[in-house]
Amino acid sequence: MTTNRPDTVAAPSRFPVREVVLFAALLVAILGVYMVMGTAYSTRMLVEASCYAILALGLTIQWGYAGQFNAGVMGFVAIGGFSAMFFSVPVNDDFWGTELPGELGRVLLYLVAAVVLVIGATRLDRIGVPKKLRTVIAVILAVVLYLIVISMLRGVTSEIQSRAGFVGGLGLPAWTGWIVGGALAGGIGYYIGRICLGLRSDYLAIATLGIAEIIKAFLKNSDWLTRGTATVSPLPWPTPGPAELGFTLARAVYLSVTAVMIAVIFFLLHRAYHAPWGRMIRAIRDNEVSAAAMGKDINKRRLEIFVLGCVLMGIGGGALASFNSLFDPQGYLPLNHTFLVLVMVILGGPGNNLGTIFGAVAVYIIWLMSEPLALFLMNLAVMFGEGVFGWDPPGNLSSRALQARVLVIGLLITLVLRFAPKGLLPEKVKHHG
Amino acid sequence: MNELVFFINNVVIAGSVTGSIYAIGAIGVTLVFSIMRFAHFAHADMMTFGAFMVLLLTMAFPGAGSVVGLPTAVVMLPLAMALTALLAVGIDKAFYKPLRAHGVKPIVLVIASLGVTLILQGLIRLFAGTSSQSLYIAERKEIYRLDLPFELATRPIIVTEPQVILFILTIAAVVGLHLFLNRSRLGKAMRAMSDNPDLARASGINTNTIVAVTWVIAGGLAAVAGTLLSLDVTFKPDLSFFLLLPIFAAAIVGGVGHPYGAIAGGFVVGFAETLAVFNWTVLLRPIAHHFPEWLELPRNLAFVGTEYKIVVPFFILVAILVWRPTGIFKGKVI
Repeated sequence: MTTNRPDTVAAPSRFPVREVVLFAALLVAILGVYMVMGTAYSTRMLVEASCYAILALGLTIQWGYAGQFNAGVMGFVAIGGFSAMFFSVPVNDDFWGTELPGELGRVLLYLVAAVVLVIGATRLDRIGVPKKLRTVIAVILAVVLYLIVISMLRGVTSEIQSRAGFVGGLGLPAWTGWIVGGALAGGIGYYIGRICLGLRSDYLAIATLGIAEIIKAFLKNSDWLTRGTATVSPLPWPTPGPAELGFTLARAVYLSVTAVMIAVIFFLLHRAYHAPWGRMIRAIRDNEVSAAAMGKDINKRRLEIFVLGCVLMGIGGGALASFNSLFDPQGYLPLNHTFLVLVMVILGGPGNNLGTIFGAVAVYIIWLMSEPLALFLMNLAVMFGEGVFGWDPPGNLSSRALQARVLVIGLLITLVLRFAPKGLLPEKVKHHG
Repeated sequence: MNELVFFINNVVIAGSVTGSIYAIGAIGVTLVFSIMRFAHFAHADMMTFGAFMVLLLTMAFPGAGSVVGLPTAVVMLPLAMALTALLAVGIDKAFYKPLRAHGVKPIVLVIASLGVTLILQGLIRLFAGTSSQSLYIAERKEIYRLDLPFELATRPIIVTEPQVILFILTIAAVVGLHLFLNRSRLGKAMRAMSDNPDLARASGINTNTIVAVTWVIAGGLAAVAGTLLSLDVTFKPDLSFFLLLPIFAAAIVGGVGHPYGAIAGGFVVGFAETLAVFNWTVLLRPIAHHFPEWLELPRNLAFVGTEYKIVVPFFILVAILVWRPTGIFKGKVI
């Protein structure tokens, strides 16, 4: 009865050769970048890589732990960035000194009242109204109230835009913005997850792709809130800025902040992964039916993990925007903020936190270095073409070199899925004897 | 009356144009969904690829259209359809088939198709640049003005030549697809495979052939949709992420795996988009003097601004997923 079957015995702990080799190679690469590009540039690269590592950890718990594919990382990153901007930018007296905040507040109150009315209308069947009639009343009421509120909002926002520029910030420390950004991203993730997680896994990908484009469209076109394409800068740092400490030291201090964040997140995730909760998540991922048969609440666990991943993405997005000291809604691109993170996760090892962090730093270095490299290769090809065939090169060479990166990321995704589906540092599934 | 003409021009015609394009795109998505059971994200870039092939061919033979009396781009369309179909089959052989052979989950195929999206986008942008170009190179876009036989209507109804071609081609595609699926042996085999793949295989249907045929149809239709879109507006290499959402919304609204549903869904999404961005004040202004005094018409009474157009398909998608995840026509794949 109690004899251990050989395949369930815990794997003997071995010396982690693969991890050591890979991280040693990464260290060599980082040192190489330091030698070639100088300390200020390289430290900047490391800070950005660490912000991306937070995003990648968010995606690895969604995709690696639970098998949920989020194709809209960009949207959650942008929400985090917006929140960091909104909380940390100085207060705009042109706006707060006038009667405009009152006007805006009044419209928001109307909005709340309209929502309450519509919700009330959907409950009309409780007092004896037929269900069909209730639906008709609710829909008509929603349309009319929506039109009223939206035209009032349009009036106020254009007034704000013409008189005060934009709403401005709250002048609080940047980290408050990061936390609220995480909460906002988690809230959006909650509603998306509520709708999509019980259905086919493809629907989640479609819906997240859509919400990301919508968030971007909203941030880009709401000039009264975000200054739209005019961008907001500079965003204050939570740490002493370059003006006081110099570029390298200031960035190093920022790096230590993000490194501590990663360490905390890593530790908590590690504990959660090895806790009964983590086992339950993996059981649901690997065999949904049997997990349900064991009495696990599948949809609730899925929702938990999806929201948790979105929260991490929001925090990472906030840290990234604060570091760049610039909030530019147009700068959020699916390539840079969704697919790059995806490559980091699937290349590093989905479900393996260490692998994900390795993937984040390694891929980000390749990503940054690929731009000068691609330009160099293109120039070489042009020189060759001009010399041998007398070929007339197109003018916008540097922008075309950037397009080559789209191609490379796409190739990487498909090749990794085909030849190394578990990544460079595969998830280690423990067998319990 | 003029307001009504304005409504027809801006909603009825524009809605049918976008609706037809979404419908043709959604048919391809839904066919791939029903045979291979995954959401093919690279479809929008296959559309762009088809349009790009047409652009290249039109540049190569700018005078070919005047021989037949049609725009050159339309004459070149069959060739571009063949090339896109070839590309679709090639992509399947290179990227999806090995993954299917490994027996991966459908969601991995979705990620692979996103990778293919990026590859195609990168290739197209590498060769075509990022600026938009017109498919009318040597010709002019014909515009037909239909005067209405009413006293009050002074403005004509405006239809452009590509829009007329679009309607004709949409009807041809739908009828052709209907005949193919219901009359031909291959079409019946396709329907069998979408209903029950194991049973289809057991009854001697060659699933590899069916998969290839599906890709040929999806690729050909994608080329049609992409070309018609580029003819109506312009050729833009980076449209795909904005096309994906309406097309998927159309496929899901109609019931995934249901070609006729996809057509209906395409028109639902297309009309919803145009109705949502239409400024209703234009229609209400003539009867505004019947309204009570306190009701003042705002200048802009559109549901969403044109810049938020993408919200509409998303809203439709969410609504259908909440209330009826199988779609209006009860899709086969849930």
